[in-house]
Amino acid sequence: MEIPQGLKYSKEHEWVATEESVATVGITDHAQDQLGEIVYIELPAVGDKVSKDDPFGVVESVKAVSDIYAPVSGTVVEVNEDLPESPEVVNEDPYGDGWLIKVKMNDPTDLDDLMDHEEYSELIAREKE
Amino acid sequence: MMATAGKIRHITPAPEPTPRRIEPVAGVPLIFELSCDGRRGADGPPRPDGVARGADILGRELCREDLAGFPELSEPQVLRHFLRLSQLNFAQALQFYPLGSCTMKYNPVLNEEMAALPGFAGLHPAAPEHLAQGALVLMERMEATLAEITGMDAVSLAPAAGAQGELAGLLMIRAFHRKRKELRHKVIIPDTAHGTNPASCTLAGFQVVVAKSNKRGFLEAAEIRRLASNDVAAMMVTNPNTLGIFEPEIREIADALHETGALLYLDGANMNALLGVAKPGATGADIVQLNLHKTFSTPHGGGGPGAGPIGVKRRLEPFLPMPRLMRTADGLRFDTDRADSIGRLRSYHGNFGMLVRAYAYVLALGGDGLAEASRLAILGANYVRKRLEEKFPSATSEPSMHECVLTHDLEKRAGVSTLEIAKRLLDFGIHPPTIYFPLVVAGALMIEPTETESREILDSFVAALEKIYDEALDDPELVKGAPYSTVVSRVDEAEAARHPILRWQPKEQ
Repeated sequence: MEIPQGLKYSKEHEWVATEESVATVGITDHAQDQLGEIVYIELPAVGDKVSKDDPFGVVESVKAVSDIYAPVSGTVVEVNEDLPESPEVVNEDPYGDGWLIKVKMNDPTDLDDLMDHEEYSELIAREKE
Repeated sequence: MMATAGKIRHITPAPEPTPRRIEPVAGVPLIFELSCDGRRGADGPPRPDGVARGADILGRELCREDLAGFPELSEPQVLRHFLRLSQLNFAQALQFYPLGSCTMKYNPVLNEEMAALPGFAGLHPAAPEHLAQGALVLMERMEATLAEITGMDAVSLAPAAGAQGELAGLLMIRAFHRKRKELRHKVIIPDTAHGTNPASCTLAGFQVVVAKSNKRGFLEAAEIRRLASNDVAAMMVTNPNTLGIFEPEIREIADALHETGALLYLDGANMNALLGVAKPGATGADIVQLNLHKTFSTPHGGGGPGAGPIGVKRRLEPFLPMPRLMRTADGLRFDTDRADSIGRLRSYHGNFGMLVRAYAYVLALGGDGLAEASRLAILGANYVRKRLEEKFPSATSEPSMHECVLTHDLEKRAGVSTLEIAKRLLDFGIHPPTIYFPLVVAGALMIEPTETESREILDSFVAALEKIYDEALDDPELVKGAPYSTVVSRVDEAEAARHPILRWQPKEQ
C-alpha cells in the first residue's frame, strides 16, 4: 500500500499536500483499495466553504457510498473536473491525477491535527489487524 | 412401463449451430435481434366500417405510420424467447435464496389462490364502497391484525412499499411536531441502518444524525441520551438491527427519546424475528412500518409489488395517510374528512392484491403459527452461524435473531474477496447472501435462511460455503473466475455504473 512521504493524512483516509496556503485533498491508496472500483464522485463547487471534519463530497463504489471529510477548513479554489467523467482515475492514481479539490485554508494550524507518513502507516497497520 | 431415454432417440439431432449473425448478448439474443422483416405473431381484427382511424381522432402528427425497429416475430418465437428468459431467473421458487435483510421467504400457493378469487381479482379499484364491502372488510381485518401483531393502535395499509412506509412515517413525524408548534429538524439513525432510512429522512426534509453502535453491535441508551435534544424529531431504529441482534436497550432508548419530546420510529424490515414473540409497541415504538413482501410472504423483488403498512400509537392516528376506513351504520366507507392527515401516498387503496395474500398467510398460520415461524427463522440463522463458525465466524458475539452476519479471513490468506465467494456460490445453485452490509463489518456475508428451509438445505448451504473456503486456499483463481455455470459469468459492474447503456440500439449498418 502506497503512503508517500511528505503528505499529511487524516483518520478518515484523506491526504493533504500543501503549497503555501492552498491544500490539495484526495483519498489515500488504502481508501480507494477498501472502496473498490469507484463509479461516481460528488464534489463541491469552486467557492464553496468546507469545514474540517465535515463531509464535503461523496464517493460511490460498487461496494458502498461513503462521505469524504474535509481535513482542513477553507474555501474551494479548484475542483478536479475530470472525475465526474472518469472516476476510475481515483483508483488508478489516488495521489496524482485522482486528486479531488484544492482548498484555500482558513487556518494552516489545521494541518497540525493530521498524521504524517509514520503515524498513518501505523494506523493502517492497526486497522489491518 | 416407462420408456427409457435411450429408446426414444429417433429425432434427428440438430446440427451444430452456425455462428451467430449477432453478438451473443448474455448468451441469449435480444428480441430485437430475433426480428425478421414482415413476420407477424397475430392478425388484429379488421377495422369495421365507419370506425375512425386513430390518426383521424388524434391528428396525424401524433401517429406513426411505421414502427421502425419494432421487433417482428411469430407467436412461438415470442413465447420461447420470454420463457427462456424466465428460465434464466434465479428464483426463490427454484433455489435457496438466503439474501440477508431481504427475507426472501416462500410465497405460499394458497396466497395466490386467494388473490385470484374473482371477487378480489376482478374488483375495480374505483368501484363504489357499497359494492366493495367484502374487500373493505378484508382491509379492516388486516389493519386490526397488524395492529395486534405490532402492538400499535391504528394501521394504514396505504404505503406501496417499505420505503414509502418510511416516508409516510417521517411525514407524520413532521406533521406531529408541526401541530405542536415545535421545530425539530434532526432524525437520529444508527450506523447499522439500511440505506433507505437516511434517504427517507432527506426526502422528508430532515437532517440525519448518526448514532454509533457499540463494539458488541448494538445501540446504547447512553449514546442516544447524548444525541437526543429538543431539535431531534425522532429516531429510526431497525430491530433486530442489521447485524441480526435484538437491541437490548430499546426500551431505555425509547424513554430517552420520549423524555425530550422525540418519537421512536421502528423500521419493521426485520420483523420476521418477532412475529408473535415481541411487539414493537411494547418496546416504546410510536410508529412501525411492516414489509408485507418480507415478513408476510407476499412476492418480493421483481414479482412484487411491495406493501409497507404503517402502524401508530393513538396520538399519531390523526396524521395517518389517506384513505382511512371508517365503520358506519351502512357498513365500511372511506373517511374523507381528515384535516391532519399527511394526505394520499398513491392512487386508490395501497397494493390490495398483496393485502389479500398477506391476510391469507396470517389466517393460514394463526397467531401460534406466526410465532413458530419466527422461532424457526431464528433457529435456522443460528444453526447456519454455528455450523460455519470455524471458517466464517460471526461478526458479533451476541446471539443472532433471524439472520447472521459472518466474516472471513480469505481476503488476507488468499486474496479472495467476499464478492468472489458470493459469485462462486452461484455455481452451487445457491443465491448469494447479502454482502458488504452492514457497512460496519468488513467483508460481511449477511445470511437469512427464513423459516421454511429444511435442515438438509441448510446443510448443503454450509457444505457449499466450506468447500468454497477450501477452494479459495487451494486454488484461489478458481474462485476468482466464478461463476462458471451461469449464462453470464462476470459482468463489469464498475463500467456499467460509470457508463450505463440503458437501451438497445441497432448496430450501425
